Amino acid sequence: MKPHTRKTYVSETVAGLKPSGIRRFFDLASSLDDVVSLGVGEPDFVTSWSIREASILSLEQGYTSYTANAGLFELRQEIAAYLRRKFHVEYRPEAEILVTVGASQAIDLALRAIVNPGDEVIVVEPGFVAYEPLVVLAGGTPVAVHASGADGFQLAPARIEQAITERTKAVIICSPNNPTGTVLRPSELDALARLAERHDFLVIADEIYAELTYEGEYTSMAAVPGMRERTILISGFSKGFAMTGWRLGFAAAPQDILQAMLKIHQYAMMCAPTMAQYGALEALRNGEHEVEHMRNSYRRRRNYFVAALNEIGLPCHLPGGAFYAFPSIRHTGLTSEQFAERLLLEEKVAVVPGNVFGASGEGYIRCSYASSLEQLQEAIKRMKRFLARL
Amino acid sequence: MKLSDKELEIIEILEKDARTPIDVLAKMIELPVEETEALVKKLEEANVIVQYTALVDWRKADGHEGVTAMIDVKVTPKRGVGFDEVAERIYRFPEVKSVYLMSGAYDLSVVIEGRSMADVAQFVSEKLSTLDSVISTTTHFILKKYKHDGIIFDQGDQDRRIVVAP
Ligand SMILES: Cc1ncc(COP(=O)(O)O)c(C=O)c1O
Repeated sequence: MKPHTRKTYVSETVAGLKPSGIRRFFDLASSLDDVVSLGVGEPDFVTSWSIREASILSLEQGYTSYTANAGLFELRQEIAAYLRRKFHVEYRPEAEILVTVGASQAIDLALRAIVNPGDEVIVVEPGFVAYEPLVVLAGGTPVAVHASGADGFQLAPARIEQAITERTKAVIICSPNNPTGTVLRPSELDALARLAERHDFLVIADEIYAELTYEGEYTSMAAVPGMRERTILISGFSKGFAMTGWRLGFAAAPQDILQAMLKIHQYAMMCAPTMAQYGALEALRNGEHEVEHMRNSYRRRRNYFVAALNEIGLPCHLPGGAFYAFPSIRHTGLTSEQFAERLLLEEKVAVVPGNVFGASGEGYIRCSYASSLEQLQEAIKRMKRFLARL
Repeated sequence: MKLSDKELEIIEILEKDARTPIDVLAKMIELPVEETEALVKKLEEANVIVQYTALVDWRKADGHEGVTAMIDVKVTPKRGVGFDEVAERIYRFPEVKSVYLMSGAYDLSVVIEGRSMADVAQFVSEKLSTLDSVISTTTHFILKKYKHDGIIFDQGDQDRRIVVAP
């Protein structure tokens, strides 16, 4: 008997999404042993014990039911206090803050809450891999604007301006950036703010790496004059507090937008995990010292790693934040995919090819320095050997 | 001695790993190698960095037997020198690993390492208790070391992350 065939049920939108280039490298790297991995986009610290302990205590005390849709009110209050303290922006915990399942969900909610079919959302590249697909899934059209390596991957407001149309609904920015580590300058944020006012669009500001900024005061987009009403501020606990597996993030936005996000959230997710929310509460109340310790550790490793990259002949700007170095490999004549693949197969060092983060990432590779100093030294040794052979 | 930010960074890095190569250390603190070397030397000479030691988990060294005891010692302080004189007489013994002056129920906390319990017992009864100023001793043997000087022994600190992630 002939087996029943069935048609493909997968939606055209989903079928049309291109698979993540990161996934391909994951499969390749996972098939090898003894890989020194610089491919990991998360802290190499385990969540600090007091945070884990607070979460365990919440379980012991039986806090195992749903919280309010927007998240524990106590936690929203702490987030509001944190945003005031860190970024000097005021949000009302009862109406303007939403606790989400990672910053990832907050980005998804932000887009779904604002995008009408056919709306355009400008995505600055190189950028986080999820932005473009999430715009598409929300029914919008992503419009890529490229930052240039020659300028340390700063925002290029002039180029953003060229990309603005009647349909432009929002611009997504990320500072410090994944994959470039670039911290956007206040002057660039200002210029973008003026565009946002003039052309009446929103800025979705992914500030998940804000805690990992090494020099100077961090400027939040929401704190730029006139921008609080035009910004959806997204952050979370994954990077700064080393809590990636907890899946906890948050969004802060003007009431009308935030309430729209909440509407989707309450149907799609109900609320973020309760035990994670108790952990986050402890993180905000008492975690500052640990964060500083981790930040210092990343900064020193950045200093070492970026200097070493330059020394072995992989020119790299000094990234101001996050834990990524984004050196150029253009002079090798290889594409970033070829470079990353050969480096992995020949020297067992895993990096992520820059083109995964958008066309302007071509010619670069992303190296995470959230690895032990020994691993970083070993990686440099192997990369040097690799380059000598090319 | 007032330390500069760079000097503080050096101490923090070397305290965690004294074997950090000098060129790596220099890059980490963003100074030339010679300047970094000079700062390390200065810290060593000023006895801010007192010594570089290895933290050893002796249980893993087959054939090495040893016991550690913490001894609470009550003493009579002497006029003019207080506890310092008796403390010095105790810390000069090579068996003694550390000596602290304590507040509370006893005066000195003395850590002894010996090859066996009998060894330690002999040291306490023959050398420590017989000192003039010593009034009494209470000996506690350490059964297992979980954490020492901020380092957790046998920490399952392998990297649990997946190899490539966004
Ligand atoms: C720029 C950026 N935004 C968001 C996320 C997702 O964070 P979360 O774990 O909070 O979902 C990441 C994770 O890699 C990221 O790099």
